[in-house]
Amino acid sequence: MSGPRVLIVDDHQLFRAGVRAELEPLLEIAGEASGVEEAVTAIEQHAPDVVLLDVHMPDGGGIEVIRRTAARTESPPCFLALSVSDAAEDVIAVIRAGARGYVTKNISGEELADAVRRVHGGDAVFSPRLAGFVLDAFAGPAPQQQSELDALTAREREVLQHIARGYMYKEIALRLDISPKTVEAHVSSVLRKLQLSSRHELTRWAAERGLDL
Amino acid sequence: MTTGPGSTSAKILRRDRGAGWIGGVAAGIASRFGIDVSLVRLAFVVATAAGGFGLGAYLLAWILIPSGEPGSPGSRLPTGRAAVEVALGTGLLLLAALLTFRALGIWFSDAVVWPLVLIASGGALLWRQSLGGPDSGAEDSPARPLAGAPARAAPAPEALAAETRRAAAAISRTGIGIALVIAAGFVFLQATGALGAARDVLLALIAAVVVLGVIFAPWVVRLVRSLTHERAERIRSQERAEMAAHLHDSVLQTLAMVQRSAGDPGEVAAIARRQERELRGWLAGRPSRGSDPLEGSLAVALEAAAADVEERYGVPVEVVVVGDRDLDANHEAIVAAAREAMTNAAKFGGGSTVDVYAESASGRTQVFIRDRGPGFDPAAVPGDRRGVRDSIVGRMERHGGRARVANAPGGGTEVELVLEERQ
Repeated sequence: MSGPRVLIVDDHQLFRAGVRAELEPLLEIAGEASGVEEAVTAIEQHAPDVVLLDVHMPDGGGIEVIRRTAARTESPPCFLALSVSDAAEDVIAVIRAGARGYVTKNISGEELADAVRRVHGGDAVFSPRLAGFVLDAFAGPAPQQQSELDALTAREREVLQHIARGYMYKEIALRLDISPKTVEAHVSSVLRKLQLSSRHELTRWAAERGLDL
Repeated sequence: MTTGPGSTSAKILRRDRGAGWIGGVAAGIASRFGIDVSLVRLAFVVATAAGGFGLGAYLLAWILIPSGEPGSPGSRLPTGRAAVEVALGTGLLLLAALLTFRALGIWFSDAVVWPLVLIASGGALLWRQSLGGPDSGAEDSPARPLAGAPARAAPAPEALAAETRRAAAAISRTGIGIALVIAAGFVFLQATGALGAARDVLLALIAAVVVLGVIFAPWVVRLVRSLTHERAERIRSQERAEMAAHLHDSVLQTLAMVQRSAGDPGEVAAIARRQERELRGWLAGRPSRGSDPLEGSLAVALEAAAADVEERYGVPVEVVVVGDRDLDANHEAIVAAAREAMTNAAKFGGGSTVDVYAESASGRTQVFIRDRGPGFDPAAVPGDRRGVRDSIVGRMERHGGRARVANAPGGGTEVELVLEERQ
């Protein structure tokens, strides 16, 4: 099995143990880390493919881990944010810092493993709630300096609405009569817009978490 | 005229400021000895007219007799207007007394009349202010956390604003008092022709004030700062108490329930889930489910419906809302239909998560309810099962909307509810 190797970063020992127990039969666990400092060294040491990252930790949280790893290495791993929080400012801030997806902690083990594989395969992972946030953020009229990054295409909006309705990528493909690869391309494009757009809502949410972009 | 409200419990002599006109002396005496308050007042006025004894006695009583117990309903504290009325009353009373003296021939000079009246009014205002101030603060603040409770997320700025307003009113009253006293001084100097000499004195006085200001300014600043700090600390501790109270009757309660039903994983999951939803709502500042479900927005109503279905059937219901709006009769109908659809999804969806997505933009509201159960065959629904036909399709049509029930790709059922606003 050449599945992705996963590093679990969370400051709650109990939660790390739980995730490890759930993922161990499905994926290879590269290691664990309980804080920002430990995570940065563990990433260097174990070179995992995917880092499951807690958003709220002392000393800057998941955002700080992403930032410091990016400053140290040429080819950082994929980050998948995992948090109990479903507040907009948390979600948007960690995505804009560079995470490729965001799932909440009540996700099942199988769904989590699936999300890890998808992130490793280069896709973005949007939970229904994250899709809802994105639709909300891009809902108003685009700002003055009209950029391709500041608005969603009709197709992207449609894909996001289906994610918010609880559809899986395969089901969206069936429903919209496009290939699953195309669905993934749309979601990745939305992720890029989410990370690079200068829309007021996004910058505000990010700024609330002390992320200056 | 009846006796004051404090009369039933009053065994000790107390001034009754609630029932009184000026300082509550007459009302206090009346209620202590069980006589009509007008008689006492009349006695004071007669005593004042006959040689000024009444005035002196009244003032002495005002100073010596303590006011009613703080917090008792009888001891209503003076508002801004009451304080001004007290000042006016004192001035007029003094004027009356002076005129009496004059008529009796005990008299030095007309020049003292206005200065005395002004100084008495101003002094009354100042005294009232500085003695009544802390009292009124103590009366107001315990009620504050209760009043601020529903606001939860931000009681601090409100409480601070109220305190600031009160402080501003107190300062303006104090300012008027000081102005009256100073005016009294000027009138006196003017009348006695000592204004020219006073100018030199004034210069010396200003110099003295500046010197004293420089000496005492740091101390005053520190005092003000410590008062502000203390106030902030008090508000913070109120918030902490409120937070503790909430955690106590929600999270701790739930943990106790979890321990008791540890043998039943399904029950534990349901309890945990309910608590999670409740706590998230609280953190987000949403009203709790105890309040009126029809009041509020589409998102709040859908969340409440989801929580209810979840609790009843033990199936997780995820709600995502984009573009919230207020509820009207039609949108209450769409929430009711959505609730019915959630119930069906929870009952027949085979225990899988129910996804609810609502979007409201430019006069159009859509709600999707999806489960991952065995699917749904509209033709196979027996005629006596009226849930779908009446509660969902029929209800939407009655309110100018429409409903569609279909099998979703990948298995499961999806109900779509649409409501377009007519102009």
